[in-house]
Amino acid sequence: MSTVRTVTADGTAGVVGFARALRAAGVPAGPDRVAAFLAALGRLDPGRRRDVYWAGRLTLCGGPDDLERYDRVFAAFFDGERPPRRVRPAVRPVRPPAVPRAEPGERTTEEGGEGPTATALASATEVLRHRDVAVLTAAERAQLNQLLAVFALDGEPRRSSRRRPARRGGVDPRRTVRELLRRGGEPAVLLRRAPARKPRRVVLLLDVSGSMAPYADALLRFAHAAAHGSRGRTPTEVFTLGTRLTRVTREMARRDPDAALAAVGAAVPDWSGGTRLGETLRAFLDRWGARGTARGAVVVLLSDGWERGDPALLAAQMRRLARLAHRVVWANPRKARPGYAPLAAGMAAALPSVDAFVEGHSLGALERLAAVVRGADGA
Amino acid sequence: MTWPAHGTPPGWTTPAGPSCGPLPVTSARAGAVGPHGPGAPSSGPATAPAASGIPAAAPAAGAAAGIAGPGQMRARLEETGYLVDDGLAVACYLALTLHRPIFCEGDAGVGKTALAHALAEALGAPLIRLQCYEGIDASQALYDWDFPRQLLHLRAAEAAGVSDPGTLEGELYSRRFLLARPLLRALETSPSVLLVDEVDRADDEFEAFLLELLSEYSVTVPELGTLRAQSPPVVVLTSNRTREVHDALKRRCLYHWFEHPGFERELAIVRRRQPHVAARLASQVTAVVQCLREQDLVRPPGVAETIDWAEALAALGATELDADLAMTTLGSVLKYREDAERARSLDLSEILATRAGGSR
Repeated sequence: MSTVRTVTADGTAGVVGFARALRAAGVPAGPDRVAAFLAALGRLDPGRRRDVYWAGRLTLCGGPDDLERYDRVFAAFFDGERPPRRVRPAVRPVRPPAVPRAEPGERTTEEGGEGPTATALASATEVLRHRDVAVLTAAERAQLNQLLAVFALDGEPRRSSRRRPARRGGVDPRRTVRELLRRGGEPAVLLRRAPARKPRRVVLLLDVSGSMAPYADALLRFAHAAAHGSRGRTPTEVFTLGTRLTRVTREMARRDPDAALAAVGAAVPDWSGGTRLGETLRAFLDRWGARGTARGAVVVLLSDGWERGDPALLAAQMRRLARLAHRVVWANPRKARPGYAPLAAGMAAALPSVDAFVEGHSLGALERLAAVVRGADGA
Repeated sequence: MTWPAHGTPPGWTTPAGPSCGPLPVTSARAGAVGPHGPGAPSSGPATAPAASGIPAAAPAAGAAAGIAGPGQMRARLEETGYLVDDGLAVACYLALTLHRPIFCEGDAGVGKTALAHALAEALGAPLIRLQCYEGIDASQALYDWDFPRQLLHLRAAEAAGVSDPGTLEGELYSRRFLLARPLLRALETSPSVLLVDEVDRADDEFEAFLLELLSEYSVTVPELGTLRAQSPPVVVLTSNRTREVHDALKRRCLYHWFEHPGFERELAIVRRRQPHVAARLASQVTAVVQCLREQDLVRPPGVAETIDWAEALAALGATELDADLAMTTLGSVLKYREDAERARSLDLSEILATRAGGSR
């Protein structure tokens, strides 16, 4: 309790230090939230741990993901022996160094055709491993610009229940009568309205496991371009799948692709790990999909379908997903290889629930994917 | 914080006023229109304190309602049969004193909407509910002009030979032709509790509009003037996270995440909400639901389902739960075929023996 006392004595400075520690841990405790926190403390007893805890949790957090981080920082800040200023490095999420997984040899050596060459593969893996995207080569930047210029991932349009003024359609009583009143009650033109068309939500589920490592960087950039290319029109959600599910929509919101990818790199704990598609897909459906994120949406899975878990689980989850989503698109970079057959256990299990099965290995293939998402015939 | 400095602090303890009280209007067009209705309260000063990040030291609404702190808030809510934990008590207390909306998120059936009902009952204020849906707009949420009556009035005035267009216009756009929708009604009624239910179902346009309303607690009707709430309503927003609500809206709010309650708490809630259910049955039902929640279900049952189940069993005249009875009434708790299958594979009689046996 003594630490709490010193913080109250220190007043605002202590609160601001706490907020800094929270921001370092990824909780969006901005200045206005801090102001609300101070106002809340003014109404409560800042000497009581419980009051300080709840005042902060209610005002500084903005989502369920924040709560666990908040608890951790709160414990470190108010209970730990460390002085507040030194808390910051301690609470920074420490990503365990990615251990190079021993992949089945054939999967890396079989890269050919339009896939990356061995050196490009190595460098891409290196970039992924360390997420040092600040130093981009000119070639990568050119490739990125090309992607950005080409891509606007628009969802398939659907009728929204919001109506807009239109030339033809049902009579719009509100505007008609307003017009009528404007003319002093004389019957005037009938104004009409029609349902607006809105693009469907696009949900990108990105496999970041070891077997997808050669494609992960390009696909992340694709996801970033997709999230920005039609900004404000198509709502886009991005998740990464690996051994666990991570929502990276917030990180992707950064305009600068390098900054966005760096943020994603910091947020995703399971780079180049194994794949448990079934489990992570279930986590997605439980936490997001079934609540509505996937409902009526175009869901795009970017994965090679290598599943380390139980294929039956993946099949069940894919059926769930297919029931929720408007359209399930699976983009598999390995589909382009000559003689490819969906023999990977996961892929074979998932395929019956997939509406469109496309390639995803090159820029051209991604363009094709964008067309499928837009509603073109995908089969 | 947005009511006039000399305004009456809201009297939470008094019973609900008329649902559609007179409208204190700071007229935008002085002379043309004025406050309407008999005994309209004096309009607020034109320069009302601007809403800032830090609420001004306004008279504490909680104090006026006789609520001195979170502990008392909790007691008041529990009187209504709604059991709250520390966090929610603090949230409700802060919502009253800081005039910030409570943003409730959590699984379905954990008591988000029930919180608004309980708050309304505890404060003796009417509950005004706005159910959000896609495409909801200002004319459905805030106000609309009563066009048919306006037209009728116009015809009547013409027939009577009214010639002064200024008067006629003032009459046409007066409060009596304004249809108050939930948001305007909440601003007009004080005290009141405003429930904005499932805000994630509305679209971005509506969210932006809501943000403006919730930061100022005032509404400007171009033809009429600006209405500022005498005392801001207590606002409860709920979201099922079908999509992420914009951060700008969340920032205005107190964020509370609803967890599933533990056994003791859930049992207390069931007993409180369904007093006629036998104690043993209530504890058995709660134990089974708690166990089901630990299973890997498509949709884990909420407290609402526990209460429903207890009620259903009591309606069947049961005083004790056995595995067969549980299986036949499982539809009250589990709403997915996969979940029901999963539950059938569990050994319920063992759960009943081990879990509920001790908590008789």
